[in-house]
Amino acid sequence: MTVHSAAESAAAAERQAAKVTPEFEAEVDELVSHYPISTRSASLPLLHYWQNHFGYIDDSGIDWIAARLELQPINIYELVTFYPWFRRDAAGKTIIRVCRTLACAMAGSYVVKERFCAAVGLDPHAEHHGYGSAPPTSLDGKFSVEFVECLASCGSAPVALINDDLHERIAPEAVPDIVEKYR
Amino acid sequence: MNGKTFVMPAPHPKERRIIFENISKPGYDSGIETYLAHGGYESLRRAVTMKPAEIVDAVKASNLRGRGGAGFPCGAKCGFIKYYDDKVHYIVVNADESEPGTFKDRYILHYDPHQLIEGLAISAYATNTHLCYIYIRCEFPAAARIVWTAIQEARAKGFLGQNVLGSGFDVDVFVHQGAGAYICGEETSLLESLEGKRPYPRIKPPYFPAVLGLYLKPTIVNNVETICHIKHILRLGANEYARMGTPGDGGTRTMCVSGDVVKPGFYELPAGAVTLGELIFDVCGGLRPGRKLKAVIPGGSSAKVMRAEDVYKIKAKDAEGKIVDKEITMLEVVMDASSLASVGTMVGSGGVMVLDDSRNMVWALNNLNQFYANESCGQCTPCREGSLWMSKITTRMLAGGGRVQDPSVLKSVADNIAGRTVCAFGEACSWPTQSFLSKFPEEFASAASRLKDPVAQ
Repeated sequence: MTVHSAAESAAAAERQAAKVTPEFEAEVDELVSHYPISTRSASLPLLHYWQNHFGYIDDSGIDWIAARLELQPINIYELVTFYPWFRRDAAGKTIIRVCRTLACAMAGSYVVKERFCAAVGLDPHAEHHGYGSAPPTSLDGKFSVEFVECLASCGSAPVALINDDLHERIAPEAVPDIVEKYR
Repeated sequence: MNGKTFVMPAPHPKERRIIFENISKPGYDSGIETYLAHGGYESLRRAVTMKPAEIVDAVKASNLRGRGGAGFPCGAKCGFIKYYDDKVHYIVVNADESEPGTFKDRYILHYDPHQLIEGLAISAYATNTHLCYIYIRCEFPAAARIVWTAIQEARAKGFLGQNVLGSGFDVDVFVHQGAGAYICGEETSLLESLEGKRPYPRIKPPYFPAVLGLYLKPTIVNNVETICHIKHILRLGANEYARMGTPGDGGTRTMCVSGDVVKPGFYELPAGAVTLGELIFDVCGGLRPGRKLKAVIPGGSSAKVMRAEDVYKIKAKDAEGKIVDKEITMLEVVMDASSLASVGTMVGSGGVMVLDDSRNMVWALNNLNQFYANESCGQCTPCREGSLWMSKITTRMLAGGGRVQDPSVLKSVADNIAGRTVCAFGEACSWPTQSFLSKFPEEFASAASRLKDPVAQ
């Protein structure tokens, strides 16, 4: 997101509209229609949709969504930097989110995360600060690994969310095989 | 877990499955045909022939308390909504299950979404609500798809949408996905998030959801399990339902047990049917061989920790019905809302975390402190700064850089957060530190004196 006047903002949104297909717009219209009282409520669904479609949310995404919902870009930008799920740069094709919180930690999630990092060639101690940045990503761009807070599956700890699949009771020795399935 | 079927272990004799009755049947899936074949939407059919006030009265008589953590009486919450006033109201289902130790709603959303939708349709009918949202955390991507499919199936069959079952009542339900923030489980924060803003909790008063909720209109925010119970209150009758629990805490409660037990998992038990000892040693198969119980966090990570050697003084009725003082051990504490409250902790969301004698309590607290430091929304200074300080102090103590004054500094930071914030996150993040310090002072004292480099101190 860059700072610019309303007219420039509209122009930037128009330029970006070029990469947005009619099918994309139709889905956006459907999502917006779920919020008959206030279209601003659609900002989270649109951010999810943009990120799923384009991989991350760049300035053009923020400008486009703001224009579509008749908001200021800052109204969208402040969401991208607050919610841990959103990112401003590309992440790996497969994102491995290992649960860090107590039940999983007691069941060995710190070791599991290290094994995941080792299996995809990442430094297990690389810092990830959030605020919209992408999690550490392998050089080939295939994998990102990060710790997340409780995934609400404490009874089958340790768990990891890999893309949309939950993996439960992960034994450290099983990690390389799990990674192979996503390569 | 992608929404096909779920194999639940056979129920323990003490269990009484109502919410999980269908899920535990072999071959039960999330489709509407399966649900209808198991008596689905029968309660809704009954509901639309009843007067809305009768339904609200039944919920009040059932003694159902919210299953999300705060434990507010559900009937009273429904009663705040004035049926005949001209205001628009909303119902929002809180499916942002993210309290560490809690994992019951996940299974309802993935394997029995129609149960939730039926409960929601009944609640909407009873309160004259025409627009509902189900706020699902984005870490359940499959659940969002399953629930949305279920909503469309229910709409096609006339259980939602225009003129529900010919009653002339309209209701729309939509799914809204969160984006990875624990704070959105706090109801006013969830509403801010649903309005498309940063989820900073609102100050109460005046922003009680029942008065000024979503879009500043009266709103009921209920946990997934609570909404499901409403269906069963109508099915079983309020009195029969209330009889299952204890006075003031009706029905069944799903206890989620995790940590150092042989059989972790969730168990649906009548409220107050077991003591903590029975839950751990009987229902969950006890601890691993050779281990001794050290501590239990009884109601999600924010509940105050209990120590295995604890003895509590409570008021109990003797044989003649007189109220007398009685001493009980931790294992004799009954698992219902009032019993846990009387020993200074809470049943919360039902997440029981068990720690055995191999666990370092400073390590455990540090893990929780890091959680709260990561998840503080940053609106109020005491919580934003304090949660991070507590996390930094326990991290340093673990690394061997402790200072003798650390326990007292930790306590003073925690004491200065609780009660000084907009929402209950302030209490949630200071209670673990306060209770760990008071129950395990010797471990913290020894970690504080374990110096990595004494000269540098």
